[in-house]
Amino acid sequence: MSKVRVLVGTRKGAFVLTSDGKREKWDVSGPHFAGWELYHLKGSPADPNRLYASQCSGWFGQIIQRSDDGGKTWTQPGTPPGERTTPEGAPKGESNKFVYDTSAETGKPLTTHQFYDGKQHPWEFKRVWHLEPSLSDPDTVYAGVEDAALFRSKDGGKSWQELSGLRGHGTGPKWQPGAGGMCLHTIILDPKNPGRIYIAISAAGAFRTDDGGKTWRPINKGLHSQYIPDPTAEIGHCVHHVAMNPSRPGVLFMQKHWDVMRSDNAGDSWQEVSGNLPTDFGFAIDVHAHEPETIYVVPIKSDGEHFPPDGKLRVYRSRAGGNEWEALTKGLPQRDCYVNVLRDAMAVDSLDKCGVYFGTTGGQVYASADAGDNWTPIVRDLPAVLSVEVQTLP
Amino acid sequence: MIRVILPPHLRGLAHVAGEVELDIKGPATQRSVLDALEARYPMLRGTIRDHITQQRRPFLRFFACGEDLSHEQPDTPLPDAIASGAEPLLILGAIAGG
Repeated sequence: MSKVRVLVGTRKGAFVLTSDGKREKWDVSGPHFAGWELYHLKGSPADPNRLYASQCSGWFGQIIQRSDDGGKTWTQPGTPPGERTTPEGAPKGESNKFVYDTSAETGKPLTTHQFYDGKQHPWEFKRVWHLEPSLSDPDTVYAGVEDAALFRSKDGGKSWQELSGLRGHGTGPKWQPGAGGMCLHTIILDPKNPGRIYIAISAAGAFRTDDGGKTWRPINKGLHSQYIPDPTAEIGHCVHHVAMNPSRPGVLFMQKHWDVMRSDNAGDSWQEVSGNLPTDFGFAIDVHAHEPETIYVVPIKSDGEHFPPDGKLRVYRSRAGGNEWEALTKGLPQRDCYVNVLRDAMAVDSLDKCGVYFGTTGGQVYASADAGDNWTPIVRDLPAVLSVEVQTLP
Repeated sequence: MIRVILPPHLRGLAHVAGEVELDIKGPATQRSVLDALEARYPMLRGTIRDHITQQRRPFLRFFACGEDLSHEQPDTPLPDAIASGAEPLLILGAIAGG
């Protein structure tokens, strides 16, 4: 029978939740890296036992952790030749070095970006928000970082190189931090076109490369953000998250700061599909594993009040690719609920029926084994959940 | 022999339970101690000092013999009691929040 492994990143550690295909009884492992912020964990599609984790701290900086046994044990990749362990037996890995490219001509910083005060500001590395393992090579993994840039490792997380064509393509000076910082939070690899990658940045917008990361262009036509000087500008939109069903890689769904959007042409243009949502603010968005027109969002009241409208935690599902939405409430708290669901905290499994999962800032991880009709908490009392990813295992 | 006490998060990262004992060649300074510490525990590189600038991370402090040495120059000799191992060098995370 198939199994499911849910990887949960929280403010104070990582947790690994496992169940069989029925998804009724769960084992909870953790906390891993207790006391550290785990912004994101994700498994390699090419080797499900290869997991990557972004471990960080305002005090101690950025660590990349790797597991080669499905999350039972973790090491920092990059054990050097020679003496392979510390005196205490730990691998001597070193993996937390993210250095921005400089200009090949001048040796100076590649570019600056707009800061909160409207002035230009140099890029400063803060943390890794999102890790996206290659679809085909377990040793290749992409990292979306703050301040916004895309890095790639080809040696299992040991060393990282920036794909600086993104920052250097020309719009970088117009990028600016959102309330959560200037982060590259979304990385989507096209399963049918190895050269195509989508990324999204708060607050700059969405971008696409068709040549494996050498050149990039903004894909924000159709986005309308009334809170920026030019609401339809090419750059400056606060994109919160983007999702894609692998069977239709040219169709994208976006939760923007305000507005839920879709694109049917690989991001060349977008249309709003917020429809009858109670609020079109939110962070998380995902697509059903088998029904590419079925999408999920968790409406949040506003940017000033990061909790569900009316104290009711409701996932909204559209089976029509947007515009027509139904509230999914069975098993979710329908009174006095004031949690948030962050952008990387929703995921789907690929079992039949499709499982849907999301985590809250109140520490609950909810699961639905029937595509959202019924929900139950897997765990209720974790630290605030930052990210949820799911692996469907044979 | 130099004794170093790491903050709990870094003890976990380096898989050490208590104090770290280091042999230093030459004068005991913040730089020489941290160089030896990072050579023995490479996973600590970047967590105490910035990878590139080698500056102390802002929320970490160095204490020894009841004194805050955080703003001493990296090559200033550490107190004799640290150099002799009579007292440990403490690396602390600044307390923030209420």
